[in-house]
Parts: sequence; structure tokens; C-alpha cells
Amino acid sequence: MVQRIEMKPVNRRDILRICGSGALALLSTSMLPGLVYADAKAVASEIKKLIGDKKMTEGRITIEAPQIAENGNTVPIGFTVDSPMTDADHVQSVHIFADENPSPEVASFHFSPASGKAQANTRMRMIKTQNVVAVAQTNTGSVFMAKAPVKVTIGGCGG
Amino acid sequence: MACKFIVFSIGLALALGIVHETGHAGEWGKYQVEDRRSGYTYRTKETRAMQDDDFQNPGMALVDEGEALWSMVDGKAGKSCASCHQDASVTMRGVGAVYPKFDIGLGKLKNIEQQINTCRTGQMQATPWKWEKGQLLAMTVYVRHQSRGMPMNVKVDGSAAPFFEKGKAFYNERRGQLDMSCGSCHEAYPGTRIRADMLSQGQGHSFPTYRLKWQKVGSLHRRFRGCNKQVRSKPYKYGSDEYVNLELYAGWRARGLPIETPALRN
Amino acid sequence: MANFKARIKVPKKAKKGEVFQVKTLVTHKMETGLRKNKKTGKKIPRFIINKFACNYNGKEVFSSNWHPAISANPYMSFYVRAEKSGSLDFSWTDDKGQVGTKSAKIMVTG
Ligand code: HEC
Ligand code: HEC
Repeated sequence: MVQRIEMKPVNRRDILRICGSGALALLSTSMLPGLVYADAKAVASEIKKLIGDKKMTEGRITIEAPQIAENGNTVPIGFTVDSPMTDADHVQSVHIFADENPSPEVASFHFSPASGKAQANTRMRMIKTQNVVAVAQTNTGSVFMAKAPVKVTIGGCGG
Repeated sequence: MACKFIVFSIGLALALGIVHETGHAGEWGKYQVEDRRSGYTYRTKETRAMQDDDFQNPGMALVDEGEALWSMVDGKAGKSCASCHQDASVTMRGVGAVYPKFDIGLGKLKNIEQQINTCRTGQMQATPWKWEKGQLLAMTVYVRHQSRGMPMNVKVDGSAAPFFEKGKAFYNERRGQLDMSCGSCHEAYPGTRIRADMLSQGQGHSFPTYRLKWQKVGSLHRRFRGCNKQVRSKPYKYGSDEYVNLELYAGWRARGLPIETPALRN
Repeated sequence: MANFKARIKVPKKAKKGEVFQVKTLVTHKMETGLRKNKKTGKKIPRFIINKFACNYNGKEVFSSNWHPAISANPYMSFYVRAEKSGSLDFSWTDDKGQVGTKSAKIMVTG
């Protein structure tokens, strides 16, 4: 069953008016005019600082993020790393980066075998559509990484 | 892009003389009554999940704050809210569902914020709290939260009728440089995206609400001011008669929908 | 000590070895340092909570470092394995070195 809402006779120009003022809205919502954004390279260099020349393997990390964020200032993100979390084999830390924010670092999370699970959730700011990158380091020296694109609607009739 | 899409779909809707699909009846459970759908149903599943969990919803901090203020003695009379109203979960339950309501003494409507300040100045001999500041927001959230889940049920007949009519007229009046009424957006296009936002039916039952855009909790009057500014018309004052009457109309538009305070909106 | 308003969710009881979820929410603007005051045009200085930690019976089991990209009113959830009855102690540290704390008791059975 499709629910029906009565459509009042509307003035077609109404919506054009909103769009006409869209440019204005865009201006006022662009929080950081003139700023240089990070890029994939900046993220790579941050990762290198962390892990040096160690080899990075894709996988083992599942990133939980919306495909389209309702608002870039509060994007729920989470991750789970597949790990037994024992004394012998556990995730020590996970680092989250965003490749087109003003600066690439988002947060680092430090686990212990007493965590039981290498899983965490938080909320982050994303200034535009970009990738979330997660890097996990284990006590055995392995490094894993994963990436997830998140679309951020900045609004306006151009977007 | 979005513009073209909106114009296209509206053109289509007009041409066909309809209506657009807004989902399946009953899909929204308690958040839908007849053709009235809460603003909740227009938000993404991630935003809804934030509202659903009291430990993810940042608005809940104001419930804690309001609870602390409830038993704080203030003013020359040496009283707290609790001195007279005791347990808020009993005495304030249902209050949020019926405000704004007609006040005989004032000869007009009063909303919860105004009632709280009436008690502060009259009963406690304390200074009134300022609009949109922490304490008044927190107490309004706290009082309204006691009715969470109860259906919105404002009285619009009897003495309230003329004020309801004024609120309705305000809602339907075109205003601002863009010459649009509230209904030009909230009745004509709920479920449509404008700028970066998905339009809802513009109801009042979820306030004060935590908005992602504000990154904090705000009152319904703050929302009204924002909507007035969107069409570039001059906003009215917090607590103005115009907005209190409009609040009654916005509450009536949500009749039967459960109170969500503190809700989470974009 | 800073007066951070925080909400925490920890189960009252857990079985030994059980892995339980902890949720935390703290009220903070998380000022990025990138915004400008619209009137004066001056930059608003950065002011954020940069560290969160959870100790279980005195030992750190989880912690996190936050950058300005963490949203206002930070939410953080994670897991802990139940060992012994006792307390979980949470702390939030801001850029001025102020620390806010909150604790919860847990009873571990079996
Ligand atoms: C000295 C006693 C006293 C104190 C203290 C007091 N009130 Fe009241 N309150 C009343 C009385 C009497 C009424 C009903 C008459 C009226 O409308 O003023 C009332 C009515 C209300 C109502 C409306 C209830 C309804 O059913 O419509 C609310 C809400 C309220 N008070 C909130 C508060 C809050 C919040 C505080 C503390 C900031 C507070 N009151 C402090 C005496 C008090
Ligand atoms: C230009 C279009 C537009 C106009 C005109 C407009 N609004 Fe809105 N309004 C919005 C948008 C966009 C939102 C945010 C998305 C939503 O909840 O609809 C919103 C949200 C709201 C909400 C919050 C609903 C909720 O559940 O959180 C209320 C209440 C509201 N408007 C009332 C009004 C009133 C009253 C008027 C007339 C004074 C009005 N609006 C005029 C665009 C508009």
C-alpha cells in the first residue's frame, strides 16, 4: 500500500526561489574558505610515520560508515578488526584518517587483550565526500588497512 | 543537478495531478498517524539510530541537567521546583503534550518556557531564565521529556480557538523576499530534498531538539526563526505571541504523534 | 578537575569472561581551531578533548586520542572483557590539561 499525501496546488516558482538562494546557502555553509585540504598523500605520509617501512595488508578490518552522511559534522563511524585478542595475538591500536579533511588525523584507539574485541564506534567530522582510512597494528607486528568512501551532501543546487 | 531534479519531479507531479510516493502505510509504526509523519521518518537511519539510543543522543545531557536544576533551591522564597511539584516523572507527565495552552490570567496562550519562568518569578521569587540559554533549555527538555512517548494532544477549541486560527494564518501566509509560506515547503514538499536537507512536515512535537547543524539542543522558536530566515523574512522574538500561536498550530499538525524530546534532527 | 557532563553505560552485572559493550557520551564543543568568528574575523582557538581513557580496576584497558575531526559532544563505544568485580573509571582530558572523570561499578559472577 502506498500512502498518499494530498498535494496542495503549489506555485512552481516556489522551488525555483529556494534554488535561486542556494548559492547563498552554499557560501554560508562552506566553513573553511581558503583552506588547504589533506589528500591521499598526506594520509600515506601519516601512516608512514606510524609504521615506518612495514608492509601493510588490506583486509581484516571492517569499517562501519554511512554511504551518504546526513550531516558532515556528525558522521557515525566504527570498525571491527578480526583478531583473537589474546595475550599472544591482539590488536594494539587502530588509527583513523580522512583523506580530504583539513588535516588527515581523526583518532587513534588503543586496545589490550582485556578489551575482548577490537571494535569501537565514534562520530567524526567530514568536510566533504572522501575516504575514511583505518590502519590496525597488532602486537605481532602486522599492519592491516581498510578504506571506505563516505558521501557528504554539502547541499545547494549545484551539489 | 538537484534543482533540475526537483523541478522535474514537481513538474511531473503537477502534470499528473498527484501526490508522490512517501512509503508504505504503517511502515513508520508509532511515528506515523494517518498522513502525519514525524520529522523522525525523514531522517537517515544513522540519525534515527542516534535518537533511538539514549547513550548516543547528545540531547540527553540536558535531561540530566534539567533533573539537577529541578531540585536546586533558588530565589527569595527559598524553594526549588521539587518543593512544590515533587517527583517530575509523576507531576510533569502529560504536561508536554498539551502545551501551549490558554492561560486565563494572561488572556492568551503560554508555552512551557513561559510557564517555567512564571513559576520562577511568581512562585520562587527568582529571576527568569533567558531564552535559548542552558538553564531554560535544560528545564524545558526535562519537563517535556517526562511526556516522551505520549501522543501530542493540544487543545485548539474553546478559548484557544482564536489563537489557533492566528497560528494557522501565520503558517499559511506568504512572507519574506522569497514570498513563501511555511506550507510552501512543509505541506507541498515533505520527502523532497532542498539544499542539503530532506523536508519534513514541519511539526512541533520533538522540541527542544538536538540538531546536527547546531551541534546542540535548540528550542522550537529557534527553529521558527531559522525557517523565517530561509525565506529571508524577518524572524520574530523568542516567546513572541506570534511564535507561541504558531507553536500551537505546529503542535496540532503533530496531533497523535508521540513526543520525542529530546529528538535528533539534521 | 573539569566539570565535564558525561553519560556512561556499563552493565551492572556480567559473567566472568563475557565481553560487554561500554558507551560514553560527553558534552564538549570540540572547537577545531579552524573556525573564524563571523563578526571579528579572528580565528577561534582550538579547544578539544584530546584524550579519553578507560581503566578497569586501576589498569588501562582502552584509550583513544582525539583530533579536531572528532564531532562535538563526542561519543565513544568499545568493549571490555569481564574479569573481576570492581570499577570502570573513565577520564577525558582537554587541551588545557583539565581532566573530567566518571566511574561505574560492575559485579562479575561465575
Ligand atoms: C511555590 C510553588 C511552586 C514552585 C517552587 C514551582 N512551581 Fe510550577 N507551578 C506551581 C503552581 C501553583 C502551578 C499551577 C498554577 C500556574 O499555572 O501557575 C504550577 C504550574 C507549573 C507547570 C504547568 C503544569 C501544568 O499541568 O500545566 C509547570 C510546567 C511548572 N509549574 C514548572 C515548574 C518548574 C520547572 C519550577 C522550577 C523552576 C516550578 N514550576 C516551581 C507552583 C510552583
Ligand atoms: C524554504 C523552505 C522552508 C520554509 C518556507 C519553512 N521551512 Fe521549516 N524547515 C525547512 C527545512 C529544510 C527544515 C529541516 C528539515 C525538516 O525537518 O523539514 C525545516 C524544519 C522545520 C521544523 C522542524 C521539524 C522537525 O521535526 O524537526 C519545523 C517545526 C518547521 N520547519 C516549521 C516551519 C514553520 C512554522 C515555517 C513557517 C514560518 C517554516 N518551517 C517554513 C524548510 C522550510
